[in-house]
Parts: sequence; structure tokens; C-alpha cells
Amino acid sequence: MVSTTRSSAGKKLDLDPVTVRKARSLARQAGKPIVDLAKRHTTVSVERATLRLAGLQGADADGIPWVNRLLDAVRGDVGIEHGVALPVWDALVRGEADDLAVLAQKASAGSVRFRLPEGRDLTRAGAAARKQVGAGVRRVDARRRERDRLVKRFGDPDHQPWIYLIVATGDIYEDIPQAQQAAREGADVIAVIRSTGQSLLDYVPEGATREGFAGTYATQENFRLMRAALDESSKELGRYVRLTNYASGLCMPEIASLGGLERLDMMLNDSMYGILFRDINPIRTFVDQRFSRQVHARAGIIINTGEDNYLTTADAVEAAHTVTVSQLLNEYFAKEAGLENWQLGLGHAFEINPEVPDSFRMELAHALLARELFPDAPLKWMPPTRHMSGDVFRGYMLDAFFNLAGVMTGQSILLVGMMTEAVVTPWLSDRDLALQNVRYVMNAAGNLHEDFRPVPDGFIVQRARQVLGESIELLERIMEHEGKHGLLEAIADGTFGLMKRPSDAGRGLDGVAKKASGYYNPASEILEAKA
Amino acid sequence: MSGVVSTGSTTREEGAHILRPYGDTTGDGMVQLSFTLPMANSKVAEGAAAQLANKMGMDPALVVHAKAMGPDFTFFVVYGRVNHLVDTSKVQVVERDYPLLTPKEVNLAIRKGLRRRLVVVGGCIGTDAHTVGIDAILNIKGFAGEKGLEYYRELKVVNLGAQVSVPQLVERARAEKADAILVSQVVTQRDAHILNTKEMSAAFRESYPRDKQPLLIVGGPRFDETMAGELGVDRVFARGTTPGEVASYVVDQLVTKRRGRAATGSAASTTDERAS
Repeated sequence: MVSTTRSSAGKKLDLDPVTVRKARSLARQAGKPIVDLAKRHTTVSVERATLRLAGLQGADADGIPWVNRLLDAVRGDVGIEHGVALPVWDALVRGEADDLAVLAQKASAGSVRFRLPEGRDLTRAGAAARKQVGAGVRRVDARRRERDRLVKRFGDPDHQPWIYLIVATGDIYEDIPQAQQAAREGADVIAVIRSTGQSLLDYVPEGATREGFAGTYATQENFRLMRAALDESSKELGRYVRLTNYASGLCMPEIASLGGLERLDMMLNDSMYGILFRDINPIRTFVDQRFSRQVHARAGIIINTGEDNYLTTADAVEAAHTVTVSQLLNEYFAKEAGLENWQLGLGHAFEINPEVPDSFRMELAHALLARELFPDAPLKWMPPTRHMSGDVFRGYMLDAFFNLAGVMTGQSILLVGMMTEAVVTPWLSDRDLALQNVRYVMNAAGNLHEDFRPVPDGFIVQRARQVLGESIELLERIMEHEGKHGLLEAIADGTFGLMKRPSDAGRGLDGVAKKASGYYNPASEILEAKA
Repeated sequence: MSGVVSTGSTTREEGAHILRPYGDTTGDGMVQLSFTLPMANSKVAEGAAAQLANKMGMDPALVVHAKAMGPDFTFFVVYGRVNHLVDTSKVQVVERDYPLLTPKEVNLAIRKGLRRRLVVVGGCIGTDAHTVGIDAILNIKGFAGEKGLEYYRELKVVNLGAQVSVPQLVERARAEKADAILVSQVVTQRDAHILNTKEMSAAFRESYPRDKQPLLIVGGPRFDETMAGELGVDRVFARGTTPGEVASYVVDQLVTKRRGRAATGSAASTTDERAS
């Protein structure tokens, strides 16, 4: 796990513990009604994830996954409000098919009718479902133990922050050599960017894929291929190279499950990103997010949250507190779902306009605030993108300052900035230069955090206090919203960013159902028992 | 992109339009260059870098930096002199026939020119389920570092998503009083994108009086930008189009041009500064 060697961090800002407690308590108050709402609903993706955990894979001739086919058939007969497990395993117990795959084929051909079992049938169906889904969860457990073993054998990086690099060719077979080369060049974490628009697909594509738009599709087979390649690299390099993908969008719970089954190590998984930036229905997002985080908790996956996105649409000074609020909410939702501190890769970014006076001092204040609010979380530090102009020389300098802020404030995961951001997809030489930049800064100033102590009540300390104060004000404004779920109403009226996202609109709403009284989901049952 | 071709000014004094690159002295012709060769770093590699620079017209070429990137690649920085002359009177640039505006300028133009929000209705028609294109343009997430049209305060965006039927699109356009229709087509099997687009434009022609018809825009990776007339639409955007370009075009057509045709000439003089 991420070692927390931040002995010298902790008291630099001298944050008032009462204020910090108040901020957390407000985040809990804002988040609690959302969790209750999430508990009362299920979604098509949660149900499909359950089928995936039970081992159903593959797709029909049109490329539609069998989990979608089977779920649609069940939904057509009895709806999803009771969960997919009871009607599906009832059909299996009745002998409609030998296994899930055959059942899915028969169901999509229309030759199976589903029903809600009762009495002894109900008991049998529930037991059969629990057994098969339980075996899937045990596979996830086994992958986690395997990671622990490999980390022990190969070791963690000997430095902090961990170096995080992106590959994105669209072709998994091109991604693999690029990822292995990036690992050789020093990457501790490889992220495979997804194809544009995958977040809005209501199914997970199947198999190894060779064409994507500005990224590569997240599929179970692509996960498996890349993890296997990075296991080779880990062996070659003598350190465990981690793999990241995206559990976001309409299939968040399914992708989380596939990540657990294929031993991914990190997942982008934000609580509100899909709502605000992809116009996905808020309830759908919160339900999917809770299930996916339960899976991540179980699988030992570190989540990365998406606070950097707030700063790409809003001004990084004016909106600094929205990052803090989002971090606090992400922390609450994550812990409620069973994630531990070492799994909370809360995000933030170096996006202040470099023309603003004292911009670097403010960056230090914001980064240090995150560090001290979340001392045990593996914070993810994101490079400048908004003010990268195409002047690659100036961009290289900005990236150096970004790296310096990262080491001075003890950030845990550093996404390597490219001087050709917004110009081209990174060239081989761009990546090499970017890594030289990181190495120089780490080598020259890696321990500077030991000496760096902002003047008490000086500019940095005051700026951090101000942002924390504004965060509390924003949380209080959220709580003041009329209605039962302050946060939902706040999202609906545009409190976050510019986007108004009402809870009765947005993508994926038709895949949300209120749970009926006999709802049963063996995956949730197992995951919550552990949490 | 259908645009206007213009050339550099010829009214300047004779000779002033002939230039060389400037290092530290007028006329020294100095340039810098960096590139990677797929070979191990060695004396031969440095010679190869100098050879490439020579062939590109740099003479003398000074390989000031060579660095191995792994066993198979070497990165070079080269400084040198070029003999080429640049004649600015012979420069030809393709100009957009509408000015490229920032989101702020788009919002301001709509607020002042239209005095209400401009309504854009978009979607993928036919069986096309690829919302990549329409989402890149409409979603706030955007594309190529630019925010999508949802980000523009003065644009009301209605994104119908995938697999929208033409009658649905027309009906929603009428209900929303759409000013512009954005249709994305990615699937091109059996020319589906062409057929779907023609069906769409025909449907709008039928259900709207000629002068009330919303601006029809289609986009997708396989469209030819010169086909707008044939398809019956106002504009075709090809691969790589950014939200800012679409927003600027919409404002140009629905706000700027609508107010007075006199402005048409001035739009052509705005140089596109972007690298694409």
C-alpha cells in the first residue's frame, strides 16, 4: 500500500481541528440522505455487475454482452425492482438451462419465461445465487491476495510521489508495448485512457479491441492483456507496476467488477463527475457509485477522484473550495462504501492562471490544504492543462513548478505533465523529457518538504484557511436547500460548476428502479457484510 | 472547411516581403529543431541527425544535444543556418469564412444580437449509436481542450443522444423552437450517413416554411465538407472539428449574418491562429 512517510507533514498549516471536524460533519450530513437514497434503488448496471461477478461473460453476434441480453429479458418479464438474482437462479434451479451462458442465449431467443419465485423456490433460488456470486467475490479476493504477494515480491516504488503515466492509442496491442516502455522509463502507474464516449455506452464492449477514439475501450479482455503485460514488466524491473482504468459512466459497477476480477490496481471513480460533466442521471450515478466502491473496497483497489475537472471549467482560484468540498464528499461516500484511507486517491490540480500574482504560493496553499485535511490518503496531483498554450518551452517550465509543488507538499501520486499538452498526443521524446523533469525535481528537491514550513499566519496559511472557510460556507449552502436531499437539490440548481442537473433527468434514468420489498442482491449482501 | 483563400499584402515596399529567420543578427537565418531517430545513440546517430538537418536545408547544422531514450531511440537538438528566403507576398492561407470566437464572445454576441438564448437541438439519427461526435461537441466535457456547447451560458442545448428518429428530431426541434440542429453520423455502412442526412433535411424542408427552417448542421468523420448542398444542409463539419468552431459558425449564421449582410466581407479577414 502507499507508504505514509509524511512525518514532517501534518501541522504546517495549523488548521483549526474544530473547523476541520465541522467540515467533515457537514459533508456527512450532505451525503447521508444520498446514501439512503442509493440504498433504496438499484440500476441495470448494478444488476449486470452481479451477473458478471457470477461469471457470465461474452457477447452475442451483434456484440451485445450476454449480461445485457439476460438482464433485458428478466426486466421484460418481471422488472428489476426485485433484483436479477432471484428470477435468474430460479430459472436455473428449475432446469431451464445448465448455466448462465445458455440461459442468457435462451432468454434472448425468447424461450425462457422468468418469474419471481416464492416459498421454497425462493429459498433455493437465493441460495444458488449466493453460492455462485460468492464464488465470484472469492475470485476477486484471490486477485487481491495475488497483488499483495506480487507487491511483496517485487516491491513498491522507492520514492514518493508515485509516477503516473498515460497511454492512449486506441489499440490494445499498441498500448501494451507503449505501457511497457513507459514502465521502463520510470512509470510506477500506467493508466489506459478510455475511448471517448465509452462512459455513455450502457454496455461494456467485449474482447480485445483495436480501434477507439482518443483512447482504448475498457473491456475485460483488454484489462487481462494489459495486466499480464505489466506483470512481465514488474518482473523485469523489480518493482510492481500498477494499472489504472476508469470505473465511471453508465457501466461503473460492471467495470469495477471487471477491474476486481482482472486485478486492476487503481480506478478513476468520482462521486459526481458523471452527473456534472456527462449529464448522467444523479440517482443512477449515486447508486452505481456506491456499488462500485463496495467492489473496489473488497478488491483492494485505490480509487482516483476527479476534482481536477472542476478546475478545467471554473477558475482555479475562485473555485478552489469546490475541490475541497468534492474531496470531503468523495471521502464520505468512499468510507461509507467500505474504502479505507489508503484507498482514497483524492484528486486536485495545478491549474491556476500563471499570470496571476503569487499563483505558485496559492498552488502550495491548496495542495497543502488537501494534504493536511487527508493525511493518510494517497492524493493524486494533476498537472496543468488549461494554461498549456502550445508554447512547449513555457509548458515545460510550468510542469517543473507543478512537480516542485508536488514534492514540497508531499503528494502521493503524480500524473506526469506533458509539455505538448493540447498540441499532440505525447511523443516518445515528450514523455522522456517529462520524466527527466520529474526526476530532476525529485532528485534536487525531493526532501524539501522537510525544510518547507510556511510562516505562521503568512500568505500560504491564510489562503488555506480561506479556502477551508469557503468550503464550509458551500457545504452550509448545500444543506440549506429545500427538500429531503440537499445535495441532490444543489446539483439540480447548478451549485457545482455551471451545470444544472435535476434528479429526474439525465442519461441512464430509465435504468434506475426503486427496490421492491423482496429485493435481493447476493453481491450487495456479501460486500456489505464485509464492510 | 469551405473558406476564403487570401494572400499576403503586396502593397509593401519591394524587398520588405523577403525575410530570413532571425537568430541574433539580421539575415543570419538561424533556426532550431528537435526530433527523434529510431536508432541507438552513437557517433553514427549524431552524423545521421546532421545529415537530416542538412537535407532539410540547415547548413551548417550543429547537433548540440543527443540523448539516448532507451536502447533504440535517440533525441536530438540541432541549431543551424538555413538559406531559404521567405516571400510574404506569396503566402497563401486558407481563412475560415466566419470568425472564430471565444465562449465569452459567443455569449456576448447572442445576448446582444438575439436578446434570448439560442437553442441547439442535437442527436445521432438512424440506428447510429455512436454519440462520440455529438457528445464531443455538446457535452460540457468537450473535445481537444475546448468545452462543449453546454458550457456556453447563452446556448440552450438539447442533446437527444443516440438512435433518434427523424420525426422525433423534427418534433423536438419544433417544441424547443430550435435555432440550429446538430446531427452526428459516425456509422457509414452502405452510405447510411448520406441517406440519413438527406432524409433529415427533407423532413425539415417539409415541416417548416423556407425562411423559418432552423440551421441544419451535420458532422462526422466520413463526411466531405463540400457536400452541404447535395445533402440539403447548411454546413458539413468533418473530423477534428471543435465545439468552438461550431459555436462560432452558429453565431455567424444566426446572429451576425442575420443582422446585416454588410458584414460578410469583414469576417474573412480574421486569421485562424490555431495550429490544426
